[in-house]
Amino acid sequence: MSVETLVHQEVLVVRLHGDLDHHSVESIRSEVEKALTLGGYRALVMSFASIDFMDSSGIGLILGRYKKLKEMRGAMALCEINPSLEKILKMSGVYRVLPVFPSEREALAHVKGVL
Amino acid sequence: MSSRVSPSVAVENYIRLQFPSKSENESFARVAVASFVAQLDPTLEELTEIKTAVSEAVTNAIIHGYENSFGEVRIECSILDHTVKITIEDDGAGIEDISVARQPLYTSRPDLERSGMGMTIMETFMDLMELESSPGCGTRVTLVKTVGDDPSQQPS
Ligand SMILES: Nc1ncnc2c1ncn2[C@@H]1O[C@H](COP(=O)(O)OP(=O)(O)OP(=O)(O)O)[C@@H](O)[C@H]1O
Ligand SMILES: [Mg+2]
Repeated sequence: MSVETLVHQEVLVVRLHGDLDHHSVESIRSEVEKALTLGGYRALVMSFASIDFMDSSGIGLILGRYKKLKEMRGAMALCEINPSLEKILKMSGVYRVLPVFPSEREALAHVKGVL
Repeated sequence: MSSRVSPSVAVENYIRLQFPSKSENESFARVAVASFVAQLDPTLEELTEIKTAVSEAVTNAIIHGYENSFGEVRIECSILDHTVKITIEDDGAGIEDISVARQPLYTSRPDLERSGMGMTIMETFMDLMELESSPGCGTRVTLVKTVGDDPSQQPS
């Protein structure tokens, strides 16, 4: 598992790769947290385009970042969710609290509009 | 379902795995079970569902059962016709109240950013999930799913 972070103006974009499970989530979380804190970003886009596998550990990661950005009055969006991921996210109510877009471009446009 | 000549021959094929409760074994466990189940010719979706359910049970054994101390996790996976049955067991802390633990969004470890969705995911992705647990002794999860060309699952 690896994380690719890039910055689009005020927005931190995190592209997740590989397997997102309990074993990999800790280093991902600390990398995302570090990038958020160091850059002082108030907006986050998480892309799941290159995710091969995800279990409930991923839900914890998403909802944990959501809480944090909400406290900061920031904005967050998800994108590139494949069908099996979609099932887990719907089940756990992620779709009720976070906007989800087909492409990174649309997710970026959304969070920039909210800020 | 084909009728069996001898009901005592209830297991067509099986594997057993046992490993210490290290998080690096989580991916090994789900991939091993999925490779074994592949002989039933499941759809990719069914295979993903089984992998996810196994990952949830193994992760629970490691995080909650052993609370990151070391113990053994045991998996048995057997197949019969088109049905796969998987048991995942630990000798860890056990569960005080199973009906509470099964509730969606219930977690005893919000401090670890757990979401309380593991049990719900197992229930949704498998045809059957059974939980047996005794506090101080351990937990056993049984997961059952029929895959592939089961005539009772007509495509819609
Ligand atoms: N093997 C186990 N041993 C002891 N307790 C367990 C075990 N499995 C589950 N539990 C208890 O049941 C609760 C619910 O489990 P569940 O998998 O649904 O949620 P979680 O593991 O807390 O969060 P998530 O799975 O979303 O990361 C756990 O918080 C834990 O208290
Ligand atoms: Mg769990």
